[in-house]
Amino acid sequence: MAGLMAGKRGLVMGLANDRSLAWGIAKALHAQGAEMAFSHQGEALAKRVRPLAAEVGSDFLIDCDVGDMADLDATFATLAERWPTIDFLVHAIGFSDKNELRGLYVDTSLDNFLLTMNISVYSFVAVTRRARAMMPDGGSILTLSYYGAEKVVPHYNVMGVAKAGLESSVKYLAMDLGPENIRVNAISAGPIKTLAASGIGDFRYILKWNELNAPLRRNVTIEDVGGAGVYLLSDLASGVTGEIHHVDAGYNVIGMKAEDAPDIALA
Amino acid sequence: MSETAERVKKIVVEHLGVEAEKVTEDASFIDDLGADSLDIVELVMAFEEEFGVEIPDDAAEKIATVKDAISYIEANKG
Repeated sequence: MAGLMAGKRGLVMGLANDRSLAWGIAKALHAQGAEMAFSHQGEALAKRVRPLAAEVGSDFLIDCDVGDMADLDATFATLAERWPTIDFLVHAIGFSDKNELRGLYVDTSLDNFLLTMNISVYSFVAVTRRARAMMPDGGSILTLSYYGAEKVVPHYNVMGVAKAGLESSVKYLAMDLGPENIRVNAISAGPIKTLAASGIGDFRYILKWNELNAPLRRNVTIEDVGGAGVYLLSDLASGVTGEIHHVDAGYNVIGMKAEDAPDIALA
Repeated sequence: MSETAERVKKIVVEHLGVEAEKVTEDASFIDDLGADSLDIVELVMAFEEEFGVEIPDDAAEKIATVKDAISYIEANKG
């Protein structure tokens, strides 16, 4: 099959269901000829991922807890048994106790701070290190971030701090792996109603606000994210690394509420 | 059966892949229909989309049966 990703194969981590940003990326990669393996955590997610993987021609599922380094080793060993090398990796993983994704950041507990950093930031470093070993001819690694890393977004709290760490990790990893022609980038997507987002307080308000105030006057879709994902993972972006690429209908350039946007209140 | 009830049951049948006869109003999503916690979140999102209602977390936590879902939606839909 011809396409921008023809002959390329890689691992997609963190697909949950058909609303996932990872699904938008996987669909777009498949349309361009990519071959994919999928890692998921536990059987509850496996039963969701299996039919989606089948839709994009994959039966290659690996159960992986990214908080467990031995499990990560096993995941990449399983991957390498079938595919000795890979060309790309998508990291679409984050976690925080949803009880701390409302209220004040100042009240973040130590346990949840460490857990959030571990799963949402360190896991990216850990998978990048293991993917590097499977990319002798270079490759492209992508993670997902959000504007809450750059500026304060209500309720995003410790996840915003984690995304700041993730975005900074993208830059350091890009420098580390650049000499090997392994590119490391992130997409900072606008808010999308996903399973993960359902844990964020007053998420509907965030969605509405973005829709009314972003330059494109709409929210982004997982297809928008998928298109940008293909760009960053394919050779189209061969000169791009360490980049935090906004796919947010332009929201990040805005300095204040649009004059024509109505004042809205929390429902 | 109300139109809301019909539409709720259709979503439950499609999402959980259970037989329509099992989706009675008294059926518990978790105990009777085999739903897990992610299914509950996904069902709530599907209801919100289908009916244009908002189901905040504290309300979603109280939705245990098919009837709970129908009652909440009927009371809150625009």
